[in-house]
Amino acid sequence: MNRRSFLLASSAAAFAAPALPAFAQAASITGAGATFPRPVYERWGQAAREPLSVTLNYQSIGSGGGINQITNRTVDFGATDAPLTAAQLTERSLLQFPTVMGSVVLIVNIPGVADNALRLTPEVVADLFLGRITRWNDAKLVELNRDIRLPNLPVSPTYRADASGTTFVFTTYLARVSEAWKSGPGAATSVQWPVGNGARGNEGVSNTVRNTPGAIGYTENAYATVNRLITTQLRNKAGNFVRPEMPNFLAAAEVADWSAPGFAADLIDLAGANVWPIVSPTFILLPTNPAADKVAGSLNTMKFFDWCFKNGAEAARRLEYIPVPDAVHGRVRAAWAAQVKNPAGQPIWTA
Amino acid sequence: MSQAVIGADAPPAPTGRKTAGRLGDSIFEWLCRGAGILVLLILGAIILTLFIGGLPAFQAFGFQFLWSTAWNPVEGRENYGAFISIFGTVVSSVLAIIFAVPVAFGIAFFLTELAPEWLKRPIGTAIELLAAVPSIIFGMWGLFVLVPFVQQHIQLSFGETLGELPLIGFLFASNSFTGTSLFAAALVLAIMILPFIAATMRDVFSQVPPVFKESAYGLGATRWEVVRNVVLPYTRISVVGGIMLGLGRALGETMAVTFVIGNANRLATSLFDPSTTIASVVAMEFPESLMGSLKQSSLLALGFLLFVISFLVLAASRYLLRSRLKA
Repeated sequence: MNRRSFLLASSAAAFAAPALPAFAQAASITGAGATFPRPVYERWGQAAREPLSVTLNYQSIGSGGGINQITNRTVDFGATDAPLTAAQLTERSLLQFPTVMGSVVLIVNIPGVADNALRLTPEVVADLFLGRITRWNDAKLVELNRDIRLPNLPVSPTYRADASGTTFVFTTYLARVSEAWKSGPGAATSVQWPVGNGARGNEGVSNTVRNTPGAIGYTENAYATVNRLITTQLRNKAGNFVRPEMPNFLAAAEVADWSAPGFAADLIDLAGANVWPIVSPTFILLPTNPAADKVAGSLNTMKFFDWCFKNGAEAARRLEYIPVPDAVHGRVRAAWAAQVKNPAGQPIWTA
Repeated sequence: MSQAVIGADAPPAPTGRKTAGRLGDSIFEWLCRGAGILVLLILGAIILTLFIGGLPAFQAFGFQFLWSTAWNPVEGRENYGAFISIFGTVVSSVLAIIFAVPVAFGIAFFLTELAPEWLKRPIGTAIELLAAVPSIIFGMWGLFVLVPFVQQHIQLSFGETLGELPLIGFLFASNSFTGTSLFAAALVLAIMILPFIAATMRDVFSQVPPVFKESAYGLGATRWEVVRNVVLPYTRISVVGGIMLGLGRALGETMAVTFVIGNANRLATSLFDPSTTIASVVAMEFPESLMGSLKQSSLLALGFLLFVISFLVLAASRYLLRSRLKA
């Protein structure tokens, strides 16, 4: 008898134990979604813990997973790379706002070609990934790169095998600049690639490109910079060849039109003298009608991103992310105040 | 209730603690019964979840889903088919079996007939250790070591030349030069399933009655003749069962294959073309699929098909191994 009651007591203790930390940490917010902004959200989370006494728990499960979780309201906020449309936002009662931007760059492995030396035009990039240009010494490439000796190597396109926001941004760009791409593979988080090899994640793509002479792939700029990959120049809408560098990314952010519903600014292939053409924001999804027990989490989420807008730009830039222009921050705060309401119908964000 | 549970075959409870013993025994019996039923319930629930989840895809595409080679997740023209991934799954697994079986046979025969006593244990242990290596390790090793090797020393050295052959040349000619291919995937899978097949073969070979082999040797048979005419005919069905066991494991392998197969939703015509498998398509695309979308439903339908294929293979292996398992 004694033993049995001891067992019951200890099993009760075992069930109770995991619940304890939840009570101990009153101000913690939970988010789930895109993998692309994970490094910057984590850095912000560490930096904001002391001044805000808010602990961020971010699970980078992918944009689709983030949308699913916030639709089910199992987290305080969701994160997605591909913006939801106004209709989707209304249907799910969500508010969408941007946090940082990222850019997609092309990486190559051609013996004898230095970093940022190869010049590509949008048409040539589309042809490379469509399998229409199969050798690096193709006439179209040679004409663009008279000062480089291009070898007679087969072109090996490499793409993200896992469905990803990076692929969405890159294929959106291709569909924008090439009619053949638009009516062929199209734009999505994963598409039916006509040629090439798929690799898992940024690291898989860069590793395959590094191992394969003649390979070309695409990756986030943050990843390419940190790993010192060989990137290329790209001709933008203004007709200039631009390098994938921070001033050119910032130029894209400046000319973008942020008044689109859900702040879904389109930064793909913008006009401007030194604009890098493949830039895209990443978004946070916040419920506009949080349940009574989620109101605190909603307020803390807004406090957290408010702090990040004020203090996080430098940290983001150091991680090779592009901060959203200051003018947009004010509009985001106004949207919080106007749209996010507690069950009683009062705005949660009052600052 | 305790009266009803204690059956005729229950051991008599020791005198003195009669009540406590009976109660404990019936609790124990029900706990064990519950554990047994739980397994069935979980299995049934998984099949049901996959089937219900996949139902919209089956309804949208019908039987076409099984042999359609489309996989187009672009919004507005979504079209999904299972054929490419089923093809990749089956071909990579069957190739893996072709690579692994001769080596496994060599290991098993060496361990049972040729190896000196002191060597049997270390080799046996090494094989069991190989079976314990996590599949992600094989994937990483495959990507960093095996893929460049396949690319430079197999595809570029032999593949190009073999591609010139008449009739079967297309099996080796490929315009993909990254090394991630059906061939690399089959090679990694072969190494992964080798220990399972080798261990099964060793066990069944050692069950051949020594008198059979000694009689054959006594008649002047060589080692090869003994294996060919005595050991293999005696163990044939169990050997096939062991191979099917390895095949079952190869079919469901995910991470290691994903790293090296090239993940291309195109029909591979050559050994060196990239391809994909059911497990790797699901692993790659599931995190980004929206709830209730046709894509998620198609992925669940693929999972259901993989379940059916694996079940058929494992059932076949159980059936062939039944005599050995009984003994």
